[in-house]
Amino acid sequence: MKSGWTTHRGIAVALPIEGINTDQLMPARFMSTPRDQGYAKYLLHDLRRDSGGELAPDFPLNRPEAGDASILVARRNFGGGSSREAAVYALVDAGIRAVIAPSFGDIFAGNAANNGLLAAQVTEQDAGRLLAALESAPAPADVDLEGGSITIRDLRVAFNVDEVRRLKIINNWDDIDLTRNHSAQIAAYRKRLQITRPWVFPRD
Amino acid sequence: MSGQTLFDKLWASHAIRTEDDGTSLLWVDRHLLTEGSHHAFGKLAERGLELAEPSLTFAVADHYVPTRTQLKAQWNADSRRMIDTLERNAARHGLRHFGPADPRQGIAHVIGPEQGLTLPGLLIVCGDSHTSTHGAFGTLGLGIGATEVAHVMATQTIRVVRPKTLRIRFDGMLGPGVGAKDMALAWIAQIGADGARGHAIEYAGDAVTALSMEGRMTLCNLSIEGGARLGMVAPDAITIAYVEGRTYAPAGPHWDAAVREWTELRSDEDADFDAELVLQAGDIAPFVTWGTSPDDALPITACLPDPATLPADKAEKVREALDYMGLEAGRPLAGTPVDQVFIGSCANGRIEDLRLAARVLESRKACVPGLVSPGSSLVKAQAEAEGLDRVFREAGLEWAGSGCSMCVGMNGDIVAPGKRCAATSNRNFRGRQGPGARTHLMSPAMAAAAAVTGELTDARQLLEDRL
Repeated sequence: MKSGWTTHRGIAVALPIEGINTDQLMPARFMSTPRDQGYAKYLLHDLRRDSGGELAPDFPLNRPEAGDASILVARRNFGGGSSREAAVYALVDAGIRAVIAPSFGDIFAGNAANNGLLAAQVTEQDAGRLLAALESAPAPADVDLEGGSITIRDLRVAFNVDEVRRLKIINNWDDIDLTRNHSAQIAAYRKRLQITRPWVFPRD
Repeated sequence: MSGQTLFDKLWASHAIRTEDDGTSLLWVDRHLLTEGSHHAFGKLAERGLELAEPSLTFAVADHYVPTRTQLKAQWNADSRRMIDTLERNAARHGLRHFGPADPRQGIAHVIGPEQGLTLPGLLIVCGDSHTSTHGAFGTLGLGIGATEVAHVMATQTIRVVRPKTLRIRFDGMLGPGVGAKDMALAWIAQIGADGARGHAIEYAGDAVTALSMEGRMTLCNLSIEGGARLGMVAPDAITIAYVEGRTYAPAGPHWDAAVREWTELRSDEDADFDAELVLQAGDIAPFVTWGTSPDDALPITACLPDPATLPADKAEKVREALDYMGLEAGRPLAGTPVDQVFIGSCANGRIEDLRLAARVLESRKACVPGLVSPGSSLVKAQAEAEGLDRVFREAGLEWAGSGCSMCVGMNGDIVAPGKRCAATSNRNFRGRQGPGARTHLMSPAMAAAAAVTGELTDARQLLEDRL
């Protein structure tokens, strides 16, 4: 993602499933693909197909109205499991800007922010309300990252996102740039470490 | 003022600076790279950056390494490309690299401890969620994503929001035939796959300190399956004895200084944890997962859940899991027929795991096929020196090379659609072992017992007079 963002208007889709882990978001067998080939086609690759390998017509993301979806609403523990950032690449490459759920895998939530993807936490109750609002069909939604809310029609729900991650998405901060500002402090730490705890450095 | 936890102490000793927003910049003592690092190397190249600390960075091929042939000509194109890319990146940046032909090759989380790279008091990161394994040494083991891997490469630091602390205490002692895997599945079943989300776990209690290093690694390995950021056990004499003399471990005066520090490395008596969970070790039976999430776990003596007796919000998930797994609600878990077994992985691919499985299999025949993949080439050599390979082979199981293998199927070792596998790995997600594969997680003893009977079986029955 080239720039940060503060508000987003897009089509929201309900994925009323608990525990959509990163193995589902991006099956392992596609992970050797170079990123520049695009990961959109791998997003939820197996979950959205039936046992015969055909796209299941009733899977929410396969419905024609969901074609331009950029917001997903899911149940708790979204993105748990493997640390594969490829799960985030698959979402981002498929045009997803925000995932709304009652909880997220910790590593996933960090990976998401590092790619401009919002992982917004809502209460179980509010997730239920959003899912109900999207039950019959995907609908336009407004995400306000600064104000911390998502609005679908007349339903407005507040969400939480770790402050560091919120700022990172808004400002499109890059951690390497931020950290390199402190290179003198890092060098001093290393020097001290060599004196006080030399055993930390591997014997060769 | 209350004392400090082990976690507090390790965090403080690694914090270079802390921002106003609560993020700390932490020093990274060891960075382990596997084939998945290609994304991060790409990011580094894009920015024209070099690796900050090549001597603290170690590369090992594990996810894509074929376990059934060492002949490169027989590898699939994915394996060849991914392994070659890692080798090329390691050479270009001057990293120590344990390639497929290296006698020290193995799963990153097995060889780190084996080589003495994993030491108490360190912070170790790897682009793999099971980096929590290293916590067995009283080490901060953090699994990270590709952007963070690139950040560590460029700066030898990581920016982390401080997690909360959770102590999981196992009081009393385990019964015979019950081990670390059962302890792990027991707590995860109790509080859920996201029950420890946002927390750093310290495992404590008599049943934990009685565990070998192998057992502690299994316990810490599964921390992430309960949603935790990391899991740890305070170092003690067992830890120090394990580390002493290993290739990269300190020696001479450095060793003495390290041991002095490690001996003090534990939570203060009056330390406060944000949360605590207590389990009675004596009550834990061998556990097996029945569904598609690690918290779908039950004692082997239990019956499968019945959606008809559950509230609507739980029933749907259970129904879907039973359906995917091809299981009938309410039936006893024991006696469920399996098609194959897998013994290995960073959860249970170490020498003690193989010894235990071999103890069950000795002079018995497996009635289903199975793959045994040691966690490292050194574990393999050790097992062969002890004659364990002969036990597995004579039982009818396949004795393979080391790698992540059938835990994640990226090297081609997969379970066919609809087939049911008794596995010692750590994830039973849909399709984890291959599209449509059905995975039951369990201990090495339980997987070996399933091989012998062809069904989910209480291993204690087959271990009588053998422990």
